[in-house]
Amino acid sequence: MIAELGHAALWLAAALAALQMASGFLALRAAEGSEIAALVRPSAIVQGALASFSFAMLLWLFAVTDLSVKLVAANSHSLKPLVFKLSGTWGNHEGSMLLWVTVMSLAGALIALIERRLPDRTMNATLGAQGLVALGFYAFLILSSNPFERLPVPAPEGLGLNPLLQDIGLAFHPPTLYMGYVGLSVAFSFAVGALLTRQVTPDFASAMRPWVLGAWVFLTLGIVAGSYWAYYELGWGGWWFWDPVENASLMPWLAATALLHSTSVLASRDALRVWTIMLGVVAFSMSMVGTFLVRSGILTSVHAFAVDPERGTFILILLGLFIGGALLLFALRANTISEGQRFNATSREGALVFNNVMLSAILAIVLLGTLYPLLTEAFDVRVSVGPPYFNPVGAIFAVPMFAIMAIGPLLRWRQDRVERIRPELSLFAALVLVALIGFGIVANVAILPLLGLALGIGLAVASFLPLRGRSLKRVPLATWGMVVAHFGIAVALLGMASESAFSREKLAAIEPGQTTQVGPWSVTLSDVVPVAGPNWTALEGRLSASYDGSEPVALTPQSRRFWAPPQQTTESALSTRWNGQLYAVIGDRSPDGRWQLRLWWKPFVTLIWYGGLLVALGGALALVGRVITDVRRRRIAARIVERRSDREALA
Amino acid sequence: MMRFIFVALALLFAPPLAAQDTMPPAPFAYRQLDDPAQEAAAQELMETLRCLKCQSQSIADSDAPMAGDMRHQVRIRIAAGEAPEDVRAWLTSRYGDYVSYKPEVSAVTWPLFAIPGLLIILAGAVLFGRLRKRSA
Amino acid sequence: MSWKVWLPLFLFAGFLGLAAYQLTQPKDDFVESRMVGEALPYFDLPPATGGVEGAATTDFQDGTPKLLNIWASWCLPCIAEAPQLERLKEAGVPIVGIAIRDRPEDVAQFLARHGNPYSRIARDDLSEVQLAIGSSGVPETFVIDGRGYIRYQHIGDIREDDVATLLGELEAAR
Repeated sequence: MIAELGHAALWLAAALAALQMASGFLALRAAEGSEIAALVRPSAIVQGALASFSFAMLLWLFAVTDLSVKLVAANSHSLKPLVFKLSGTWGNHEGSMLLWVTVMSLAGALIALIERRLPDRTMNATLGAQGLVALGFYAFLILSSNPFERLPVPAPEGLGLNPLLQDIGLAFHPPTLYMGYVGLSVAFSFAVGALLTRQVTPDFASAMRPWVLGAWVFLTLGIVAGSYWAYYELGWGGWWFWDPVENASLMPWLAATALLHSTSVLASRDALRVWTIMLGVVAFSMSMVGTFLVRSGILTSVHAFAVDPERGTFILILLGLFIGGALLLFALRANTISEGQRFNATSREGALVFNNVMLSAILAIVLLGTLYPLLTEAFDVRVSVGPPYFNPVGAIFAVPMFAIMAIGPLLRWRQDRVERIRPELSLFAALVLVALIGFGIVANVAILPLLGLALGIGLAVASFLPLRGRSLKRVPLATWGMVVAHFGIAVALLGMASESAFSREKLAAIEPGQTTQVGPWSVTLSDVVPVAGPNWTALEGRLSASYDGSEPVALTPQSRRFWAPPQQTTESALSTRWNGQLYAVIGDRSPDGRWQLRLWWKPFVTLIWYGGLLVALGGALALVGRVITDVRRRRIAARIVERRSDREALA
Repeated sequence: MMRFIFVALALLFAPPLAAQDTMPPAPFAYRQLDDPAQEAAAQELMETLRCLKCQSQSIADSDAPMAGDMRHQVRIRIAAGEAPEDVRAWLTSRYGDYVSYKPEVSAVTWPLFAIPGLLIILAGAVLFGRLRKRSA
Repeated sequence: MSWKVWLPLFLFAGFLGLAAYQLTQPKDDFVESRMVGEALPYFDLPPATGGVEGAATTDFQDGTPKLLNIWASWCLPCIAEAPQLERLKEAGVPIVGIAIRDRPEDVAQFLARHGNPYSRIARDDLSEVQLAIGSSGVPETFVIDGRGYIRYQHIGDIREDDVATLLGELEAAR
């Protein structure tokens, strides 16, 4: 019964999405104040409620482990802890798509409820576009990925007791990514709405900005978490592999970063209208392309989710409809939208345009490198594109971007002179130069990490310069957000460069009792003992590691063997200090009785993820700052209206 | 983040242990060369060679036996004085460009290098056009 | 502006076309060897187990085309292709086996259980020959002509309908 309720709610939600789409678009043609326009907002709100209800029903099915439902039987198990039963709801293709469309319809409902800045026509067009996108996903769910499908005969027990999937990180990180994608879908709807009515205004940008910021924060968190997870779980100390699946999450982030900045320009200065619209479409298309690449299985390496060409076809059709349609609309309308306010090359806008172009170029490189193997495969040639391509080619655009990023926030809007910021500029240049000479000549660091270290140091200091000479209490929250996010980028950059320049690796084969050295650490293998878990046995290395002769710390890396299903995993052990991490993995025993140890000393590697978290924090600060300003402005506006009506009443 | 899902599922679909050999790894699969300069060269090379049995991993990041045998080959060849690029060429003459993560300019891969060049020109043109004509 | 605004749409259409084409293509993970057409690299390997002979490059230069079968006792598809190898042997084809990362006792057990179609079986503990001839997995089968040149590569286990192809390639290599 529960499953049928959920299924019915899903159909109804789809019907309302259709209504929202139809009324939204028809209202565009209808006369001012027509009745059809009155349908748009309510249908968005009811659709949000129905989708949430449907998702709640699926949660319920997983909570009680209703084994007559195919999805539950395939992905859950009655013995799982409740939290993992619940997280299993979105740990599979169907459930995750339902979560996606639910979050999307809730976002639509939220816009319908609170967004009052935009002209009604643009608002209706935006909600119409939102309805169209949602309708596509409902169709996908209902026609090819129905989460509520019943089994003819209930299964005696569920299949999903894989311990590897019962990870608290794995439980909560996929939703993070969907939130990011949904935020970008909202930005997309705004862009389409504005294109339809040709009202690309600062108000449009302010209405869109919180959604872009939110999406960007979630995408950042998702990438940071995924990178750290790969780092400690894969057992080789790598934190970014330029794997197609990783690139699929990086591309929307790059586009969202560019969009975020050009939205700011549009909101504050009414410039870059066409460019912002373009980025709004591109950002969402990158999340759709990523989803397609991951779920259709057309790229080697992508084994995420059960690969199914039918689903791939469906996503591709949606992709073609949404993005192709939007790009067609863009091509038809772009010439009728003026570019907006003008500005000087030496200005805040100039710097932002520069970095937008650089970000777009990096995005193009990542997209090219990811898709190129697919292209050559069509001609039966297989090639691989990896770090030796992405790193240097990306750096061509990243290096000037970081340099401009350091000085851009110091410039004034519209028009400025370089002379005015000469002291700050000199400070940045001096820092970069000293670091280049220091690390380059003294430490003999390779070129890419050298540039990373120098720019990271310069940027870390420069990111705080916009606060110079200002009363810290009166600096708006959004400005703090920018400072923190830029500083976070510098911190992450330093971590990446340091990891690449100063990591030490030691592969050792030692007997219990022996000691080996890696960097400043001396690591002693005291013993290797068998340990057992609920469904695995492991060999656990007992290590004691001493940093530069100080008090030793204990490390216990494991080599685990699961028996159902039979598989072997390595559990790395980490020892974190303020200045880096010791990373230890135990391998097999060689025939002569010695144990394989893999040890890495990675100075300042943790800065990569702390930097990423700072970036997300900066985004969150900016978001809160913008929302507070909005609320305040709205209150003031309401008060003015009130006073005016009072005055009129008095008169 | 998605790597997450990917790895977890890749582990799910990982071949059962029964289909793996039980032989000890090749001598230099998990042993570094004594000369640090040679080891650094070998390590740098291994990070750019694809493990043919794995899903998108370099041989420096993989526990697959064949990756171990490839590491062994790389290390003994470097130790014997071969240049890293010669070792790469030896492998690509057997497996094609697929085995190397570092694309070389060829009839098949030239767009990978031409397009970034084009992007530099394009970015320059966009910036020049946008920023110059606006200098009011 | 004018024509430039159409550019994103064209690029996107190109992507759609490529993606749609790739969706219709069957996905195989085979990595083909570039050594087809080249001479067999030099090797000289010891026997894989008691009672069999090892193999060397020179064994392929006696004028008769042969099959070079890369296999291992721990490989499940190798069991599946055993009957086909047996048929090829009955057709008079000399088959040289190279056992990858294998133990002599396991090899002996495999041969006892699934038959021995091989004229020689060498052991390759470090996958040296496998890497040298551009093979990326087990089982793989190469057709070697009488002068010791690699003429054809078959990736994966040999199915029933592959037998005729292999016989044809052997005939062509004569």
